[in-house]
Amino acid sequence: MPDARPYRAEDPGQPPSLFPPYRSTALRSPRQPLVRVPQTLTEITGPAGTWEALMGPALADLTRHARGSGEAIGQRIIVSGRVLDEDARPVPDTVVEIWQANAAGRYIHRNDQWNAPLDPNFTGTGRVVTDAQGRYRFTTIRPGAYPWGNHRNAWRPAHIHLSLLGPAFATRLVTQLYFPDDPLIEIDPIANAVPRPYRNRLVARFDIDTTAPNHALGYVFDIVLRGRDATPWEP
Amino acid sequence: MTDDAIGLPRNPDPRPDNQDPALFGQTPWQTVGPFFHYGLPWKGGADLVGGSDIGARTDLFPEEHDVLHLAPPRGPVRGKTIALVGTVRDGEGRPVPDAMIEIWGANAAGRYHGAADDREDVALDPGFIGFGRAAVSAEGSFRFLTVKPGPVPIQVGGNRWQAPHIAVGVFGRGLIKRLVTRVYFADADGNEEDPILARVPEARRHTLIAPRIGADPPTYRFDIVLSGEGETVFFAL
Repeated sequence: MPDARPYRAEDPGQPPSLFPPYRSTALRSPRQPLVRVPQTLTEITGPAGTWEALMGPALADLTRHARGSGEAIGQRIIVSGRVLDEDARPVPDTVVEIWQANAAGRYIHRNDQWNAPLDPNFTGTGRVVTDAQGRYRFTTIRPGAYPWGNHRNAWRPAHIHLSLLGPAFATRLVTQLYFPDDPLIEIDPIANAVPRPYRNRLVARFDIDTTAPNHALGYVFDIVLRGRDATPWEP
Repeated sequence: MTDDAIGLPRNPDPRPDNQDPALFGQTPWQTVGPFFHYGLPWKGGADLVGGSDIGARTDLFPEEHDVLHLAPPRGPVRGKTIALVGTVRDGEGRPVPDAMIEIWGANAAGRYHGAADDREDVALDPGFIGFGRAAVSAEGSFRFLTVKPGPVPIQVGGNRWQAPHIAVGVFGRGLIKRLVTRVYFADADGNEEDPILARVPEARRHTLIAPRIGADPPTYRFDIVLSGEGETVFFAL
């Protein structure tokens, strides 16, 4: 009977829903066990290739598309990498949505009360789509660290939020990219929800070949989605 | 002059990171945090049948940021328009104001968009993709407009069927990773025989079955309880 294939067990690098050091997980994570279900057409299908019809055009240079006429302030960087499945096959034509704080660690969000300057030339959002080899690339400003209310003297390490749809509902991923020289990663409850050594999958690598001469430092960050050979999954 | 020509080293041996072959595997989930509103939900994202701009919280970012909210118009959609509404609550019953909901559903004929559903005997609807996204309101509530999906098989080529349903993903501050659930319709046929509902303990099945609470358009209520008493059933994929 082909129609009752199970999903494979969760990757050991995935964080739990309840991680008490990240305090707001306490009231927002299930207490009941998740109900295991087999693969069905519902979750192995998805809105692949529809990103432009859904959301609008790509925006790959976050340093230039704000309302202001000038360029964003801060260290200009290029982030590049591949989106892959678990067999390291490219995932083409999938959208990567991007949002982040500015160089001072401030978001344009109205609820962000951190006393750091906004940059009229930087909103901190963009979206790019992978090419036939699964590659993506965007230009932005290296975000700053910022304090948050989780505990006394809590600071988030500099990070870029990345959101991917992938080929199926089941391949959805939202993650955060961190930087290799940041001492805050190891004391951050959100990064620490990912057990070692898998936490290091979230740390981008500085790369001189991605670095653009006289323009921007380069970082490489590959993103691996669930599944083998796109979908459906091998049991 | 190249760096090789003057004898500079290339990148030094790095510490374990994203590019370490020994660590290759799924990228770990991280929370969307509290500030996703200007990056993820787009105007119209919660209206799968076109027309309105519901879905984004434009009160939470500056007007001039609308550059990311330019979804093109879509064509007419076949089938019966329905509204799917609900409130997200935490383990103490309080509304969650910074959650985000995504839905994924088949069209009115029961066909999913995308290559994985290649059944030729069930028609695609060029006006309908079936994917939606909504930031919840300050009161924790959401509202989608979509079509009531048709029944779908468990797999292409299979002969076992699922009752009409919509897949749901829940994100938010305090949710390190997405929670996945489903909404079924109290007035639809087939819920009793649905193979996924059958895996859910009977006492909790009601958390997945939305009652019809209004007409014009038919409106179904699907409240989501993240934790504790009355907790919604979430699935492990």
